[in-house]
Amino acid sequence: MDDFEPTIIAFVCNWCTYTAADLAGTSRLAYPKNVRLIRVMCTGMVDPQHVIKAFLEGADGVLVSGCHPGDCHYINGNYKARRRIKLLKEILPQFGFDEKRLRLTWIGASDGIQFAEIMRELVMQVKALGPSEARLKMVI
Amino acid sequence: MTTTAKLDVNNQDILLTLREFLQSVLQQNEISAILAPQRLPMKNVVMPVLITDPEQLNRADPLAPYFPLNAARLVTRLTRKPSGGKVAVVLRSCEIRAFIELVKLNQGQTDDIIIIGTDCLGAYSNTDYLKKAGDDPDAFTRRFCENALNSPNESVDDAELIPACRACEHPIPDGADLLIGLLGIDTSKQLLVRAQTLAGEELLVKLDLPTFEEPDARQKAVDALIKKRIDYRDRMFAATHEATDSLEKMTAYLAGCINCYNCRIACPVCYCKECVFVTDVFYHEPFQYLQWARNKGALKMPTDTVFYHLTRLAHISTACVGCGQCTNACPNDIPVMELFRMVSHRTQQAFDYEAGRNIEEEPPLSVFREDEFKDIVGI
Repeated sequence: MDDFEPTIIAFVCNWCTYTAADLAGTSRLAYPKNVRLIRVMCTGMVDPQHVIKAFLEGADGVLVSGCHPGDCHYINGNYKARRRIKLLKEILPQFGFDEKRLRLTWIGASDGIQFAEIMRELVMQVKALGPSEARLKMVI
Repeated sequence: MTTTAKLDVNNQDILLTLREFLQSVLQQNEISAILAPQRLPMKNVVMPVLITDPEQLNRADPLAPYFPLNAARLVTRLTRKPSGGKVAVVLRSCEIRAFIELVKLNQGQTDDIIIIGTDCLGAYSNTDYLKKAGDDPDAFTRRFCENALNSPNESVDDAELIPACRACEHPIPDGADLLIGLLGIDTSKQLLVRAQTLAGEELLVKLDLPTFEEPDARQKAVDALIKKRIDYRDRMFAATHEATDSLEKMTAYLAGCINCYNCRIACPVCYCKECVFVTDVFYHEPFQYLQWARNKGALKMPTDTVFYHLTRLAHISTACVGCGQCTNACPNDIPVMELFRMVSHRTQQAFDYEAGRNIEEEPPLSVFREDEFKDIVGI
């Protein structure tokens, strides 16, 4: 499906990945418009239900992105997020979700260039997976 | 020091023997009350009852193949603060394991209780039990135990037990302070009493029971029962996986759900005081419903059904003990337990965790290690 434009929801932490996105913007680096950023104070506050909701509403991919290990402004929120993503990667595939639709990255505040690159790569990968089942079908 | 003892069976009646045993426990100075399954005086329904009068234990029925609710939550009611007394609580294995999970979440504590657990032979659904037990529930309990203990492989009752019990690999209450053993014991003569903790040992010494060597036959009987249950469990996992392995099938599986949230109320480990699904967060604006309906041309109401179940799986599957009360509580016969057990088996394995196994193990989502799950990070 060449003309398929995926919708990707990205939960990004205020201190690192959002700042990197900001840096990408002020540096005039382009990245695909498929990615919708939701700024959260820390990836440690991304409840699994936020990710589930995004998928059930038809998101083709979900990214959670925070600070590198050791850089979390709340000391260890990113480690906690990693466990929650691990949990979701055990649950969601049992109901037919491709676990590659759910990603976790660490992107630091100064990594504007990497941010734009990772977004381009992510969109390409999700495009290859095709539209998610929830986008097309009624979910009760 | 003695850690195993026996209860001589009075008149070949294990129910009577257990009642007398519980009375002897209640007569100990430090025990203020016993929480035990009791047939209510006004009707032959078995409910957890907090008993201080030894006479009342004549209606206790800890072996009834029936538990209308998981009593773990009730034990947290008794232990969330010091009660000023020590309570002996008679619980099933799944209730003990659920209680252990709640203690880890600081919703109860173990200092003021002694847990007494019997080998669990399984239970019927609430409605099945009431029909079967009829007017003489004592006789029904005795007959059930006799069948389950003496012909475990061809017991006619077995196929009618709730699937949660048939798939339960924890018939032995490992978390109890005092265990009452039935499996592999000649229950026409005696029952096994084993102290499994220091507190259990102290009580056992005071009860002054005759010593008893655990017979070799016990381990064999326990292993055979667990094997049978694991076989059933694995078949159940396979069938449930087949029935839910796409979003469409999962949606069909839950199609009868009316969002009553009974399963959440019945769940002993759904730990939130107030569930987000009953708050204003899900009291959507009227225009929002119309917007959702427009998106796909149709919107099933009430909404958020699959969302609710998936969220509950994410929140509590690592604490699920598989007691089956969710299925018991469902008004529309959705096999909720099957779904939760299948998923929780996998999530608990992922964190090398088993709900209720050990009170010292931290709940997986409350801790982390720096060097773990590195493979899931990155694009």
